[in-house]
Amino acid sequence: MTIDRPPETEGMPSDRRRDISRRRFVGYLVAGATLTVAADLRLGTPAEAAVPSPPQIAALFDLEDLESTAALPTAGLIKITVHDDGSASFALPRAEVGQGITTSTAMIIAEELDLPVEKVQVSLAPARPELMFNQLTGGSNSTVSTYTPIRVAATIAKGALLKAAAIELGYAVGELTSKLGVISAPDGKSVTYGELATKAASATTTSTKVTLKPASSFSVVGTPRNRVDARDIITGKKQFTMDLQVPDALPTMLCRAPGLNGHPVELKNEDAILKMPGVTDVAVVETGVAVRAKTFGQCIDAVRAVEADFHDSVVGAADDEAVLGELRKAEIPLAVPKVPLLGLQVDTDFEFMFRSSAALETNCAIADVRYDSATIWSGLKSPIVAQGKIAEAIGLPQDKVTVHVVTGGGSFGHKLFHDPALEAARVSKAMGKPVKLMWHRVDEPRQGRMHPMATSRCRATMLGDQVLTFEQRHTSVATDFSHGLGEMLVATAADLPPGLVGVGLSQSIFLLTQDLPYNFGVVTQLLDETDTRFNTGSMRSIYSQDVACASELTVDLMARKAHKDPLAFRLANVKYPEVKAVLKKVAEVGNWGRTMEPGTAQGIAVHREYKGATAFLVEIDCRPETVHRKVRNGVTGPRVTKVVVAVDAGLVINPRGIEAQMMGAASDGIGLALTNSTHLKDGHFLEASWDNYFYTREWNAPFEFECVVMPSDSNQPGGVGEAGVPASFAAVACAYARATGTTPRRFPINHDTLSFDVKPYVPSLPESPTDGLSHTY
Amino acid sequence: MSTHTFKLNGEKVTVEVEDDVRLLWVLRDVLKVTGPKYGCGINVCKACTSHINGKAFNPCSVQVKDIQADDEITTIEGLPGEVGKDLHPMQEAWLEEDVAQCGYCQPGQIMAAVALVNKVKAEGRAINDDDLDTIRNVCRCGTYVRIRKAIRAGAAKM
Repeated sequence: MTIDRPPETEGMPSDRRRDISRRRFVGYLVAGATLTVAADLRLGTPAEAAVPSPPQIAALFDLEDLESTAALPTAGLIKITVHDDGSASFALPRAEVGQGITTSTAMIIAEELDLPVEKVQVSLAPARPELMFNQLTGGSNSTVSTYTPIRVAATIAKGALLKAAAIELGYAVGELTSKLGVISAPDGKSVTYGELATKAASATTTSTKVTLKPASSFSVVGTPRNRVDARDIITGKKQFTMDLQVPDALPTMLCRAPGLNGHPVELKNEDAILKMPGVTDVAVVETGVAVRAKTFGQCIDAVRAVEADFHDSVVGAADDEAVLGELRKAEIPLAVPKVPLLGLQVDTDFEFMFRSSAALETNCAIADVRYDSATIWSGLKSPIVAQGKIAEAIGLPQDKVTVHVVTGGGSFGHKLFHDPALEAARVSKAMGKPVKLMWHRVDEPRQGRMHPMATSRCRATMLGDQVLTFEQRHTSVATDFSHGLGEMLVATAADLPPGLVGVGLSQSIFLLTQDLPYNFGVVTQLLDETDTRFNTGSMRSIYSQDVACASELTVDLMARKAHKDPLAFRLANVKYPEVKAVLKKVAEVGNWGRTMEPGTAQGIAVHREYKGATAFLVEIDCRPETVHRKVRNGVTGPRVTKVVVAVDAGLVINPRGIEAQMMGAASDGIGLALTNSTHLKDGHFLEASWDNYFYTREWNAPFEFECVVMPSDSNQPGGVGEAGVPASFAAVACAYARATGTTPRRFPINHDTLSFDVKPYVPSLPESPTDGLSHTY
Repeated sequence: MSTHTFKLNGEKVTVEVEDDVRLLWVLRDVLKVTGPKYGCGINVCKACTSHINGKAFNPCSVQVKDIQADDEITTIEGLPGEVGKDLHPMQEAWLEEDVAQCGYCQPGQIMAAVALVNKVKAEGRAINDDDLDTIRNVCRCGTYVRIRKAIRAGAAKM
């Protein structure tokens, strides 16, 4: 990993930079036994208001701004407490699902408090309805929106500690110095934060003003830091939802319908199921037949024994081609005439198949529903929405439902929804007992949320090597935004740019995320959605991964028409300095243009979003001996051998965390371009486990990976959780097209080859094997 | 229900459970040893990878009746015990490389890595890319590059 240190930028003008260094912020000393401070989340990044033309909406007001703006009316405060053991604690109103925000948040607090990072405990706050829209983890917005409020609170805490130390040590505050949790006086005497925690506590809640220290004095923020939960992870101590021991919450699983979203009609053998070993309860709920047993293994056996009738698939006997046909019918015509009077035209048309957004931790939740209250534990990125919907479903007031947010085993957009928590609550209510509910892996690609199938068409007109127009029309199976982002958008409608009025929710989100980073004359990118029958969600970058793959492949074709190298063509047309910088950096580090063997090639692509820019350069090997290598129950195919990333993520909190997110994005891009999709046939999805759903595996992983975190003159961190995926996907696709001389039309490229035997639908789950001891090594 | 006895992480354990229950659920649901994770239940994702008598295996695919009284089962919780230290060198390498993201698959990854390195060492050679390509553990966060680096570093210290 390379970390370029930012140059000294004080006083440097930039439209990307919001100068907050001289602003004074209001925070609070909160009444408490030990020092407790708070800040309002409304201190998040203010949004720009005016939206001039011709820049695209997202260039000036993007999804990050929407989420930050939505925080404005929030009355709830976020609190940091300093304890008498010298540690500080903070309940982050976001979900940690692997993106490393507990680490980066601990770093921010440690920076401002002058504490070792290890002495800052960051937990996840339970659902706090008073936070309104300020408890949604999505759009890579966590650090963007919490950075300033957390700094304000920590700075107030530090001030209170210094004040208490001044009395204790008999010196003025200005004469004291603090280091790693100890405040020292000029005479050598010192006092620890732990000794001051009670003395600095406030009896009343009072507001106080602070100025934040300049970024140039940072010593923790911006330095590479390992994950705060790394040791717990590698020793098996880290607890996920299914690892929690809630009294009497026994394992529970569901027998689901053979067809997509089929509801149960009748359970025919309840008595027989109840007699099975370990089984304690059976209940029929909306989504299937639930069984509760002593072990999950006995749940699987019981589910396999369920005899039940289900409604048919909600999509009838539809298959991929039928859904694609619906998309084709919904496509909006391109506006530029097909045959321009002068010059050249590039027309492209791409298809993106359904993909499962399931994490390695399957959908799961613990629910304990009583007659007058309920408690839920689950990995939830939108816990307030979950709390409201669960309360409604089980007939309790929202304030009687406690929702604990548990660290999740991956999300990729999946945990924005609360499907398993709602299901667990319903089952717990039906059985009258606590349940620890888990989806079988088979249920994830077959009945779980997925990234929608889409088509993306581009048309560019060029005169010589000058681009006059660039149009993109993205048509998608409807994306479900009922996880809270929709409500957020409605609630902030008055603050939105005029270009978004009346265009609909999905189109608004699309316009808030798309900003083609090139000067291509008249640029329009529009979305149309159709077909709401599927269980969808956005998988790590909403529309952007497919939109960028289509547009960047088109840019490569435009470069070819202009007889220019893909990098040179991009650099000649690029619109933003930070986009140019990441392109140049990745080309330099990745040795763009080096001589490659026939059947191998480089690909380069760039994306601008999340207050930053990301460029990927990949090398791919499409030679027959590589493509046809054999792996049992696996998909091999072309291999991406090398990945180089340059990322401008705004102000850098933890470069090591950014590198991790780019590495994950590389794996995602490889899978999206080459191997992973779900197939719809006869009204149900065929994939049932990881031997069917071919996410990137070790045999598809690049041998070389390098990530350069760019210097930035921004005072604000950007989002990194999703930022890498669009350019990664696009770069792999571009490299494949260059290596093979054929631009693929359908992604992933192996979709038309079914590489597995389809598992049965009845029984709904496969039996666990018993031959594990003959496969030891 | 019948009684099953075996060695788990260096200690003798006895459980009352039906013969055909897969060992993963005996560990997780009965003994509350939660390091091995569920990811598929059909020996595909490898998230539950643990050791039996020093070799990697997947307890989701072994019935408890097939475990003998003198079999030594090691989960991630007991891995340091295999070398008599606070952490196994492979765990230290994992920390050095900061491999984990969500962390869900990582106990299984580490257990698989240790077994793979032991196997390659027994063959009297150094671990190479082809060996690393044989690892079947799924990481949906996509940490594969750091896993490869950590295994090489861990192998050097094993």
